[in-house]
Amino acid sequence: MPDFANPADWLPWAFASLMGFSILVYVVLDGFDLGVGILFPLATPGEQDKMIGSIGPFWDANETWLVLAVGLLLVAFPQAHGMILTALYLPVFIMLVGLILRGVAFEFRAKARAQHKRLWNRLFFTGSLMTALAQGFMLGLYVMGLEQTWATYGFATLTAVFLAVGYSFIGAAWLVHKTEAELQHKSLRWARESLWGVVLGIGAVSLATPLVSTRLFEKWLSFPQVLYLAPLPILSGLLIIWLWRMLRAMPFADDRRSWLPFAVSTALFALAYLGMAYSFYPYVVPERLTIYEAASAPESLFIIFVGACVVVPVIAGYSVLAYTIFRGKATELRYD
Amino acid sequence: METLDTLILSRIQFAANISFHILFPTITIALGWVLFFFRVRYAQTRDDKWMAAYRFWVKIFALSFAMGVVSGITMSFQFGTNWPGFMETVGNIAGPLLAYEVLTAFFLEAVFIGIMLFGFSRVPGWLHMLATFLVAFGTSMSAFWIIVLNSWMHTPQGFEMVDGVAFATDWWAIIFNPSMPYRFAHMMLASFLTVGFLIAGVSAFRWLLGDRSREVRAMLKVGVAIGALLIPVQIFMGDLHGLNTKEYQPAKVAAMEGLWETQAGAPLVLFGIPDEAARTNHMAIEIPGLASFILTHKWDGVLKGLDAFVAEDGTVMHPPVAPVFWSFRVMVGTGMAMLLLSWAAVGFMWWRRARHEGRMAGHWLAVEGLPKPILWALVPMAFSGWIATLAGWYTTEIGRQPWLVQGVMTTEMAVADVPAPLVLGTLITYLAIYAALLFAYIGVIAYLARKAAKGDDGRAIDMSHSGKAGVMALSPAE
Repeated sequence: MPDFANPADWLPWAFASLMGFSILVYVVLDGFDLGVGILFPLATPGEQDKMIGSIGPFWDANETWLVLAVGLLLVAFPQAHGMILTALYLPVFIMLVGLILRGVAFEFRAKARAQHKRLWNRLFFTGSLMTALAQGFMLGLYVMGLEQTWATYGFATLTAVFLAVGYSFIGAAWLVHKTEAELQHKSLRWARESLWGVVLGIGAVSLATPLVSTRLFEKWLSFPQVLYLAPLPILSGLLIIWLWRMLRAMPFADDRRSWLPFAVSTALFALAYLGMAYSFYPYVVPERLTIYEAASAPESLFIIFVGACVVVPVIAGYSVLAYTIFRGKATELRYD
Repeated sequence: METLDTLILSRIQFAANISFHILFPTITIALGWVLFFFRVRYAQTRDDKWMAAYRFWVKIFALSFAMGVVSGITMSFQFGTNWPGFMETVGNIAGPLLAYEVLTAFFLEAVFIGIMLFGFSRVPGWLHMLATFLVAFGTSMSAFWIIVLNSWMHTPQGFEMVDGVAFATDWWAIIFNPSMPYRFAHMMLASFLTVGFLIAGVSAFRWLLGDRSREVRAMLKVGVAIGALLIPVQIFMGDLHGLNTKEYQPAKVAAMEGLWETQAGAPLVLFGIPDEAARTNHMAIEIPGLASFILTHKWDGVLKGLDAFVAEDGTVMHPPVAPVFWSFRVMVGTGMAMLLLSWAAVGFMWWRRARHEGRMAGHWLAVEGLPKPILWALVPMAFSGWIATLAGWYTTEIGRQPWLVQGVMTTEMAVADVPAPLVLGTLITYLAIYAALLFAYIGVIAYLARKAAKGDDGRAIDMSHSGKAGVMALSPAE
């Protein structure tokens, strides 16, 4: 734990936590709408409109968490921002192109003439997939300490695929909640068929992490840490089993607990993420730069911290409001 | 040589990205407020024409907003991928400003736009109006923070340098730096003018297609009125901004004016071809003494020329002259065209009002009064605001070179050590995507206008508050 009497000590820690929180929220929220984009070609045109309706009011705000996360990296750890993003130049570029394509395709498909709609649908899928793959690739390289060799590229390619499948899984879990009838059945099937992506993704990162450096090996597998940490993989395993059983039994009568798969998936993502956070702390650039070395001046951090303390709860509040207003089963979007 | 190539390519890439990005906030900043105006008028009058106007423009708002969000995300990453030196040097100042932009503005817009776009029949009227207001407010707040940072890069103060890194000493001085009020006002007015002419142009297009609906009249009047009212204010504000620049960045003003030598009674160069090598203008057409008069308000006032910014050893510390000189003239020329056209349009609508609608009906302006040539001129002027805004930004940003933060760090100091071919590759891809998206964007606006003019945008349907009978769903039929 940091020393709260010393701003140069606790402020970097607070910002690392806030940034970590933003990334987690982003991965869950934009994860589901990217996932819906990846599942897009599997649905009929009528279902596609409903799928769009299920994410329409939210996607703008979901992507804002990415801006907040990278913004916090930029403002709180400027050196790390430069190091990480120049090392990831190409995957970042591919992700940005993907985000551009899917974001605008989303709007264009609703407004352009009918014969162009197929083109925008295709771009929406392509953009979503590119974004997910690029993020997975970055995750892999980051876990490998940003080393650029064929072996790390190979690992990153695996995590790219797993994350894209993992996003389709959480997207399907979202659709289970937001849709009904035929599309809901399809979504349940999609969720069952993509659960492996989550399992393998978490597994690959968990197995690879201790092997990357002796520091990480010590951190995870020395005694007694291994005892304290044991609940993490055990709990994850239980959640996966629960998800699997639930997805096979659903939908329940009267559509009860249709929100549960998404909630459990969120918990699973959070657990996996916590494990990663434990691995990397106190490094922001793995094995090279700690959050304390990379942090901006405490005075500047404090100014942002005050603002963040006021504003983040407000953001959370009106995000909840938006999700409440657009609760229930998705319909086609109407501008009225 | 390698670093120079990377520098130039990175600059072009950033310029391309930010030029593409700024087009859309320029629209959404003011369009948000215009939509709020339509929404309030509807609440006051219950007149369907305001809601029809709202519905037409909210789609274009949504599209512009999405374009702005995705290109904005690109910007926030490019700080790191291409310009790591910027944040490493001035991150302690730029960081909090950018953070406040994301925290106070970006989230506000991004969350409430969902309610604004799709919430009309789901939330009470007041909440929908509030959402519209918050989105408009959020876009303006966003503009405020970004302009604060940009202005600070032009006129930095309130900081000290320790070991080559800037530390804030006075946040009040940083935020209210000398050029911020002028630049912010200039940009807000630019946004309103862009939207005024966009609305006027698109409505004129609909009118020419035979659309005689009540909302097209209302929109045409609102658009032209915004243009006619604000363009004189903008010219005045531009003048004030110029005087401020002369005080803090005289090299930029010298480049704008094409003034190579420091002199009293400097002429206004109307036209000329600046020659950097010969350090003179070719084929110059000048009005004696006018530049001095405009900038010092004295006919024989002394203006600093570009020669004052060349060091003894020949190092040039002023911006490249031709791009600044030309973009300034494009901006001013576009502004003049806006002035002439909007005033002519208002003039005709006012003079001929009695013949058509008449003051008795409560109309001060009659759209029927507009002659065909004016209507046809309004259509291409729909995007004149973009041209003026871009030209203005090129003037001020290229005019700051070779500095990135005036007097603190040069652009060269900030650039990332990325291989030039890699930057070239990403640059070409960005350009291709942006060109295609711009084409699609303008195409969709024209398509929406045509469709609305044909009357199949659901105007005939029930516009009552419940909105349940609406067939404006984003269904395949649309």
